[in-house]
Amino acid sequence: MPKKMKRNYLLNLIGVLVLFAILCGIFDTGLLGKKNGYFLGVSIICMMTIIIVCSLNLLTGFMGEFSIGHAGFMSIGAYASAIVTMKMLELGIALPTALYFIIAILAGGIASAIMGFLVGIPALRLRGDYLAIVTVAFAEIVRVAFTNFQITGGGKTLSGIPKISDFHYVFFTMVISVTLIYMFVRSRFGRAVISIREDYIAAAASGINVTYYKVMTFTLSAFFAGVAGAIYAHYMTAMIPTYFNFMKSSEFLTMVILGGTGSLTGSIIGATVLAALPEALRNFQIYRMLMYSVVLVLVMIFKPSGIFGTWEFSLGRLIDRLLKKDKKGGAANE
Amino acid sequence: MSNETPVLEAKGLGIQFGGLKAVNDFNIRIDNGELIGLIGPNGAGKTTVFNLLTGVYQPTEGTYFLNGEKMNGKKSHQVVAAGIARTFQNIRLFKKMTVLENVKIAFNKSMKYNLVSAFFRTPSYWKEEAEIDKKARELLSLFKLEQFADQQAANLPYGQQRKLEIARALATDMKLLLLDEPAAGMNPTETAELLESINLIREKFKISILLIEHDMSLVMNICERIVVLNYGEILATGTPEEISQNPKVISAYLGDD
Amino acid sequence: MSLFIQSLINGLNQGAIYALVALGYSMVYGIIRMINFAHGDFIMVGAYTLFYTIPLMVSMGMPAWLSVIIAILVCVIIGVAVEVIAYKPVRGAGSMSALITALAMSLFLENLALVLFGANPKAVPEIFSMPILNIAGIILPSKYIVTLIIGIVMMSGLAFFVKYTTLGQAMRAVPEDKQASTLVGINVNKIITVTFAIGSGLAAVASLMYCSTYPRCTTDMGSMLGLKAFIAAVLGGIGSIPGAMVGGIIVGLLEIFVKVYIAPGWYEAITYGILIVVLLVKPAGLLGKNVGEKV
Repeated sequence: MPKKMKRNYLLNLIGVLVLFAILCGIFDTGLLGKKNGYFLGVSIICMMTIIIVCSLNLLTGFMGEFSIGHAGFMSIGAYASAIVTMKMLELGIALPTALYFIIAILAGGIASAIMGFLVGIPALRLRGDYLAIVTVAFAEIVRVAFTNFQITGGGKTLSGIPKISDFHYVFFTMVISVTLIYMFVRSRFGRAVISIREDYIAAAASGINVTYYKVMTFTLSAFFAGVAGAIYAHYMTAMIPTYFNFMKSSEFLTMVILGGTGSLTGSIIGATVLAALPEALRNFQIYRMLMYSVVLVLVMIFKPSGIFGTWEFSLGRLIDRLLKKDKKGGAANE
Repeated sequence: MSNETPVLEAKGLGIQFGGLKAVNDFNIRIDNGELIGLIGPNGAGKTTVFNLLTGVYQPTEGTYFLNGEKMNGKKSHQVVAAGIARTFQNIRLFKKMTVLENVKIAFNKSMKYNLVSAFFRTPSYWKEEAEIDKKARELLSLFKLEQFADQQAANLPYGQQRKLEIARALATDMKLLLLDEPAAGMNPTETAELLESINLIREKFKISILLIEHDMSLVMNICERIVVLNYGEILATGTPEEISQNPKVISAYLGDD
Repeated sequence: MSLFIQSLINGLNQGAIYALVALGYSMVYGIIRMINFAHGDFIMVGAYTLFYTIPLMVSMGMPAWLSVIIAILVCVIIGVAVEVIAYKPVRGAGSMSALITALAMSLFLENLALVLFGANPKAVPEIFSMPILNIAGIILPSKYIVTLIIGIVMMSGLAFFVKYTTLGQAMRAVPEDKQASTLVGINVNKIITVTFAIGSGLAAVASLMYCSTYPRCTTDMGSMLGLKAFIAAVLGGIGSIPGAMVGGIIVGLLEIFVKVYIAPGWYEAITYGILIVVLLVKPAGLLGKNVGEKV
């Protein structure tokens, strides 16, 4: 491993741990008093949203294809994981909460990934508008199916899901998810996927198996959407299929686009801000989507690549720059 | 013509689009190290031949072989894996990727590390990435492109973009290179540089080349044999001298009606 | 047997509505290769216009059908405004930008309506009170016949317009080759605007037809109706006028028959399932042309 990378990885690890310590400092000590539980909830929703928005950016930003049905994959993860944990509870399997949580997110992720794989193989022959519309259709089918199946509540609220989406677990799930997505993007796989976005004919002519990499990316993206769904289910403890509708999918897409297609930093910030905003401004709720849509059009007209474009935040670079500035400043003082 | 297996052999290759024969009864034999020109008036079907040979289109008639291996039915990436690479008439680079990454893409098929290695950055990830980085930079320096390595491909001057496309094709480690009008839109200096590059890669990589080109002086200058295509069919085959004196070719170019 | 005929009648009625909406998608997609997600919402706009103007007309002592004219005008204005303000600036920025902008405009109209009109459904008064025929137990509301006739007249009119008028011919030329169209003196921007105007006008008529069958409007009525109509357009072959008609009728019939004979809860899933199958097997649709990318 090159030295520079080792340093960067270490820095990032430290950064993550510091952030975790700060958040723990706030929430675990009850610093916020009465509002503690409320802010804890908001931050869990934000972290869940970060995972699904980053997973969607993998498709939209890096592969250059749309999914307006990501809420469908999320719902598969949510229901699959809920069914598994509820069954386990019913059978009286006693496990530590952490293990329950890991089983839940894996169940959600894997179920969604399998679905993504099965849908992806035929659907990814299509591109652009047509693929986008297939993802919408897929999400609608999932919604109709979950409304009809008895096991998913038969159109009614499915409740009694164990509340195990604990803040600490969710935090590390988010960190790991985003890291894995980043590692994927910055590897030969990500390179291949980006080349397909740039020009799929040239990619094939350079030996890239276009279908293979597209299905792989789609499956991976579905996996993380499923993980987010599992977190959602085990935080809310009750849910209905209509929550995962077209509007929800559009909302995730909005976050990706505003943050920047091809920037995970943008996705993280976009998801955090847009997921926290309606909570912060309760009255604002009904104007929320109206505002999103206006901003979306403005971004498309004035900066189609989104606020962050393809820029990524790097702790290493930031520290380098700060140190350099200090040196320069010091030199000037002398 | 030698008796060893030809690098490329096409027998009666053809394709129809809705009843219209775009290419018909195309036969060619390219031996190891040969440079063959494919010329013809606009719309004669030259690029269609390339698309047939690279799996973009599947031939509706005939067969073709690479080193004796039948290639019909292979998809583009499989054709590349077998050893045919190409460039495009209307340059197709990965515009928003760097020059270096453009070449690295073509090395992908020789890379082995798997998803798990990528996720967890195992030693095989670092080793292979470093190797590819080195190889890609070597290739770039061969084309005097190394100073542009970290620039976006879209920002390269036109002539350099053509060269980068050839470099990318070479990175696939192929046996047969198909060049589609590499000199199109180039000024005389750039054309001269291109000529130099072609000679260099022939010498260094010992590959065969099939070249579509409108610049007659270039074709006559470097090709050992020339195939003339007209209305999707082969009009004539021969050495540059034979072709330049062939009355059928002259009338096809000047128009006999 | 009577159930079958009844379903056939209901299916044809439903199909005629889809067909008219599908036409709007098809025309716009045919000309600028963009799914105008907002098209479904134009229907919502038309329906709310009807809701507010019908009582107004009646109270002013004017015939109720005048509100259809108003609805058409409102829809045309909104349609053209959306095109000029939002779509035009992103034209040429790639299909991704176009798709997002269209999606954004759909969200905008829907949520604007939510803010203005509230979430409660509104009952749209009837424009024509027409007898409901009862033939041997089969219920045939005569407005269904009117719906079908309006649908057929609109489509034949449009087909005629596109085929025989200069403007219509220009509309067909633009998608073939934008550059060449400009060279022969066609004002491409004007043609696109005209296309949006016609499409939005059709949406207003569709909202009339929709409201005569389901006399209520909600702010989100357009999105699902639009999606299904788009499916109909794809099924028939996008860009083709008879294709939109055929596709619409097929989707309409299918929904009603699945609802009645197979599984009432699943009919929507079947429609979407068919879309996926059609796109995979014959992406150009039943009556469409296949266009590959030039290499």
